[in-house]
Amino acid sequence: MDADVTFVGLALSSLLVAVAVAISWWRRLGLERDMAIATLRAAGQLLLVGSALALVLAPDAPLWWSWLWVAGIIGFAGITVRARAAVLPGVLGIALAANAVTAAVAFGLVFGLGVFPLEPRTLVPIAGMVIGNAMKAQVVSAQRTVDAVAQRRLELEARLALGQPSEVAARPVTRSVLRTALSPQIETTKAVGLVFLPGAMTGLILAGVNPVDAVLVQAALMYIILGAVATSTAVVTLVGVRRLFTRDHRLVPISRISDG
Amino acid sequence: MATDPRTTDPVFVFDGVAVELGGHDVLHDVTATVPDRALTTIVGPSGSGKSTLLRLCNRLAVPSVGRVLFRGRDMADLDVLATRRRIGMVFQAPTLFAGTVRDNLAVAAPEGPEERWRRALEAAELDAAFLDRDADSLSGGEAQRACLARTLVTEPDVLLADEPTSSLDQTTTRTLERLARALVDRGIAVLWVTHDPAQSRRLADWSLTMSNGTIVAWGPPRDANANVDVTGVE
Repeated sequence: MDADVTFVGLALSSLLVAVAVAISWWRRLGLERDMAIATLRAAGQLLLVGSALALVLAPDAPLWWSWLWVAGIIGFAGITVRARAAVLPGVLGIALAANAVTAAVAFGLVFGLGVFPLEPRTLVPIAGMVIGNAMKAQVVSAQRTVDAVAQRRLELEARLALGQPSEVAARPVTRSVLRTALSPQIETTKAVGLVFLPGAMTGLILAGVNPVDAVLVQAALMYIILGAVATSTAVVTLVGVRRLFTRDHRLVPISRISDG
Repeated sequence: MATDPRTTDPVFVFDGVAVELGGHDVLHDVTATVPDRALTTIVGPSGSGKSTLLRLCNRLAVPSVGRVLFRGRDMADLDVLATRRRIGMVFQAPTLFAGTVRDNLAVAAPEGPEERWRRALEAAELDAAFLDRDADSLSGGEAQRACLARTLVTEPDVLLADEPTSSLDQTTTRTLERLARALVDRGIAVLWVTHDPAQSRRLADWSLTMSNGTIVAWGPPRDANANVDVTGVE
């Protein structure tokens, strides 16, 4: 199968966007302009990224260019987490640390054990998937940690008043946050293939790769992503909850939490 | 019956205390003493700073200015976790943790032994059968008494009570008041926050009256609570 998409093909596929715009116009949703801008912006961004990737993934490109790319992704993900979860004090540093730990664990296992060879064409996309999924999990776990501490303030203060150290008092909260934050990824991992065909596998099949080979790659990626989500969720929740207590085992006042 | 803290060693001294939270002064210019082995009420309308004053006594809050002395020592110099085990606290709403009453008592005293848990229940007038009761199955009054038992498991010298009867019926309120008096008879100092001057007069040896973030009167409750501003009392 020829999986090349020409610019004409891309334009034709955007006809589906025209359907969405038509629905918006018909139901007076007022989203036509946003949809048009989002569509053009996505195409522009992807073309830009594609051009940069062409340089980084060129056969003679040195590997350190890829590592630089990974560092950029980690930084950008940290900034995104800070923008979306500013309620957690010091979230930028926590997110950067979580991304670094997640990347170290994921790359250490994947490349250290030889699951994939360490080269630009594996490092860059795997980093994108690992950090992208870790970033989403970090936003969710940072927000939920703050919400859970605010909601369970009375229980936490009752535990502190009994002389429990803050890290012990916070355990029931962190446990529930970790469970809630990890559940969606576990469900996604369970449902993979039954409900939806994930991106990497779909891409490989479209590119003409044998479906069984595509499945092996996808399964390996799913395991890596599950591990990455678990690692980054744990770092954000366990480090983040400490920012909601003072050194002398008091809760940070709610106003300071909501001020970020 | 009033114990004058000016003639005995006080359990707490507030020395020029102010507390600032979120950019405004919750407490200011608080100077007072609290007698040991007596029941002291902190009386005032909502928002007058009663609960913050109480929370200073186990360092759930800390002064922005001034000092709080516990038996003559600055609380800032004491080990906070050990101090909290000597100064128990019961909150306005019952705050039982998930699980049985036994699980709750084990949070305060993980090593038990069971005899210690039973003694704490007894002091809260709950029998040993409550150990296996699920915390969710208790009535409001039972839950508040179970919270009291959980606090007493650490065998504290001082009990802080933050409007512990505000959501309870009259009979249960009287039971808790009687239990607090019994603790004082055992040599435990009790600080009891209330917005109800009548409860203070019924219960207290000594009282601090608060208004707008500071103490405006102190002494035996009949005198100290004579002009309590009840504006804002719910």
